[in-house]
Order: sequence, then C-alpha cells, then structure tokens
Amino acid sequence: MSLTREQLASIAALARLDLSAAEVPVYQQSLSSILEFIGALEAADTASVAPMAHPLAGLSQRLRPDVVTETDRHEEYQLNAPQVAAGLYLVPKVIE
Amino acid sequence: MSELHHTSLTALAAGLRARRFSSVELVRACLARIDRHQGALNAFISVTREQALTQAEAADRALAAGEGGALTGVPIAHKDIFCTQGVRTTCGSRMLDTFVSPYDATVVRKLRAAGAIMLGKTNMDEFAMGSSNETSYYGPVRNPWNPALVPGGSSGGSAAAVAARLVPGATATDTGGSIRQPAALCGITGMKPTYGRVSRYGMIAFASSLDQGGVLTATAADAALMLREMAGFDPQDSTSVDRPVPDYLAALEQPLAGLKVGLLKEFFDKGLDPQNEACVREGLRVYEQLGARLTEVSLPHLPLSVPVYYVVAPAECSSNLARFDGVRFGHRCENPRDLQDLYRRSRGEGFGAEVKRRIMTGTYVLSAGYYDAYYLKAQRVRQLINADFIRAFQSVDVLIGPTTPTPAFAIGSKTADPITMYLNDIYTIGANLAGLPAVSVPCGFVKELPVGLQVVGPHFSEARVLQAAHAFQRVTDWHTRVPQGYA
Repeated sequence: MSLTREQLASIAALARLDLSAAEVPVYQQSLSSILEFIGALEAADTASVAPMAHPLAGLSQRLRPDVVTETDRHEEYQLNAPQVAAGLYLVPKVIE
Repeated sequence: MSELHHTSLTALAAGLRARRFSSVELVRACLARIDRHQGALNAFISVTREQALTQAEAADRALAAGEGGALTGVPIAHKDIFCTQGVRTTCGSRMLDTFVSPYDATVVRKLRAAGAIMLGKTNMDEFAMGSSNETSYYGPVRNPWNPALVPGGSSGGSAAAVAARLVPGATATDTGGSIRQPAALCGITGMKPTYGRVSRYGMIAFASSLDQGGVLTATAADAALMLREMAGFDPQDSTSVDRPVPDYLAALEQPLAGLKVGLLKEFFDKGLDPQNEACVREGLRVYEQLGARLTEVSLPHLPLSVPVYYVVAPAECSSNLARFDGVRFGHRCENPRDLQDLYRRSRGEGFGAEVKRRIMTGTYVLSAGYYDAYYLKAQRVRQLINADFIRAFQSVDVLIGPTTPTPAFAIGSKTADPITMYLNDIYTIGANLAGLPAVSVPCGFVKELPVGLQVVGPHFSEARVLQAAHAFQRVTDWHTRVPQGYA
C-alpha cells in the first residue's frame, strides 16, 4: 500500500510532528514500504489466538499502598525545563 | 600496568581486592585509553573523569580497610539510556542534549552500590532505535575492527568501548537485539536477560514490553558477575519480577554433558551469509565435543518476528515518546506561536529521522481503523511465536544459532532502506518478543571480522545460558582476540 501526502500529513499531525517539505516524500516512501512489510502478518492464522501484550504470562499489575513516597523536588526538576517562572512551567498562551 | 586493559573484569575485581594494583591506577589507565581512542571510535558521549577519580580514591580507601563489594574499584561505562543523577543523559538525541538527570536508574544505583566506578556514558542509536549506531545525534560509532564499518546498535558505543578494551564492561539495553547484535559485530560477549529480570526504572523507555537491560563484556564470566550485581526485584519498575537472583558466577562451572541443544531450523535460512554459517556450525561442533546433544527444532512462526516487531515496537515507542512535548524538559523550539506549534516544532526538531519514522509508524498502527488490523494482529502473532518457543523448550534446554546474518557492514551502506536495516535483527528479535534470556559469544572470523553465536534459553535460565557461553569460551579463544591497534 502507498500512503498519500494527505495521509502522511494526518499521521504527522496525530504524532505532533512538524515535517519539512523535504521530509514528506521520504517518509511517504519509507512508511509505505514498512506498511507493505508488516502486511505479511495478514497471512497468519490467528483465529482464537489471544493477543499477547507482554512476556510475563500470568503476572498481574502489582499494587502498592496509597501513601506518599516522593518528596518535593520541583526546583531540581525545573532545572531541566525550557522556561519557568515562580515555580511554574511556562507555555504559550492557551486560552485567549 | 600496561596489561591491565587486557585483564578481564572478573580478574580486575580480584586483583583490586588482593591490592595488586589500585583503583586509581586502573581508572587512570582506562581514562588514558579513552583519551587515546575516543577520536577514532566516538564510543562515548560523556566522560566523567573527575567523578571517576574521586570514586576510585574512595574505592582504594575501602579496599585498604578490607571493605567493599563485588565490584569495588572496577571501572565500567553506562549506555547513555540509563539516567545518572547530576550527569548529562542524552539517549543519543538532540531532544535530551542538555538533560541532566535528577535521579539514578536502578541499574546505575545497584552497580555503584556494588562498588563499580562509572567512567562515562556511551554513544548509542537515538532512543535505542537502530542497528548500526548511525542514528545517534552525536555521530556514528566506529567498529574497532575496521573504522569504515558499523559497530552494530543500538548499544554500539558500549560494544566498541569493550571491544577496544577502553573499559572491561558496560551496561547496555536490548529491545530487538541491541546488546547481542553489537556484541557479535564487535567480537565480545553480550547478555540480554529475561524480561523483568533487570529493572527498567530510569532506563529511558523505547518499547516497554520488549526493553531489557543487560551487559557487554569480554567474557561470559564477566557478564555473569556484572549481571548478578545488576539484576533483581525493584518495586519502582511495575514489570520487575520478584524472584531471587542466583549467583550466576558460582554456577558457571557446571559441565555441559547431556545438554540438549536445539538447532533452530529457521535461523539457518537463505539470509544467512554462508561464511557466517560455517563459523556457527563449527561452534555447534564444539558444543557436541563438550557433550551436548544436538537436535533440529522448528519454530514455524519465527519468520514473522520482524514484521511483528515493527508493529509492536513502534506502537509502544509512539506512546512512550509522547512525553517529549517541549514543556517540562527536553528540546523546545524558538518562539512557538501556540501550544500545537510548540509540540510539533519541538518534536520535529528534537527527534532524528529514524525516531520520527518509528513514531509515525506506531501512530498509524494504533490509529482508529488500523488498530485491529495491525496492532492486535501483531500481538496475536506474537503469542504464536511465544508458543513456538515454549513448545521448543519442552524438548531442548537451549537453542543455538547465529546472532546476525552477516558480519559488520559499512557505515552508510544500509541507511537508505529501513527494511534492509531492520532485517539485521532477524535472529535476535524472537527472544525479545518472548522475553527470553539470550547471550552472544564470538565464534570465529570472516574476512578478519568477528562472528557471533547466540544461545537462547527459557525464561529465567540466565545461569544455564551463561554456563553454555562460559563452557564454549573455556575451549575456544575467539573472545580473547583484540582488534589491531588496540593491543
């Protein structure tokens, strides 16, 4: 199968990725060949086969007591932030 | 002193305890080798010189006092996917170029607690997505056996550093072969444990149902020692398995006589280079001489493992990498117009070509209308592959075959077509899909390039797999070969 420019644009939008004009044909081509490649799965007979999400059969999600285990380290964490002011992360205006 | 870099990690740990040399001497010797060869290899992203020397002094004091753990004073390197508190952690990406982790990965913490000293962070494919180390934002790593060739990936920096004897051991991660494939291409030992055996806490996530931390070392005994110190239950990783860790090192010497070895029919396919195959078959003869019994087994669904992987891994990657939004950490674009523009340009600029390709593949297979056809279908086929392995292990103890179809290839030779690159991992991906432990050991040379032999075992059979690798290394010397120029 071959992806159109529009299909690629919609995937990129869902993935929140800005693509340059030069990148578009490259990804159109490589994603199309990947989709063709993974299309081989279609032929496998999987009727009555349960999907496998992880390799630990029989293990269920572990729970822990609902108690606070973290200390407040926001100043340290915010050292990695692109923009902060007064202990808050800054982003462009969201609500007009 | 000049021979320290040719001493195995296990022997170095013993030598330090016996006070035959100091940790400061050893660390200085390794740092000098890194200085000398980093320009040619590009194996490191960061070198933590001062911190390492300070820790080495402390290790020497501990050793003088008769204290210390199993690895006290032993220098190692960490793949730059493991978070290291106060030290830049990039994951090979522009996205995290300036990221300094506020915490340590459990693997980092445990190895430090055992006394190991970090010399630096090794280069890798961006977010561990690659089989050649060419997708790193910091440039490709070069193979010490031939600088025009790739070292394999994604743990290419760790593999090249160990192969060139810059460090005696390094951490690595394996999602589809990222420990075993570079081990094979660089002529060293690479061990991927059972899924859940080593904590993923602080190991930057790529595909969470496949990712597993492990080690790259010169020998299987070194791998056993490092893994013993790294493995174990961690409440901070929700998929960590609460099961005691055997003493892999103490269990190494068990004889192989009677070991039932399955020769995986699907691994000896038309994609396997005949010269590679000859080396692996010679390796199988060694196992027979050691008393192992060989039988051919077939895993009929295994040929679908690469297509399954390229649905499951990108799907999990697109979800995991959604956290990189340019808000709380990571790259942010200049002058965003609005929030959508901030997300899209920060991610478009911060991620490299292969990462974007996988995020989009994953987004597509998870999107409405395609989820059942691709993602659920792949998960069902994954179940069939897993069942094939479980069935095989009812009649054999381990499976042995090649690690890769060919020896190392030229830098740039497979970057144009992603599928060609993906097929490098054709023999390694199965163990990730089923979550099995697997090791790659050197088993010969083709045109002066190392070839890897892979041993795969049932879940939690690390001790058995390492025994098989160790027994092979006791009667062969491929793992002792060092590339020219690195003696």
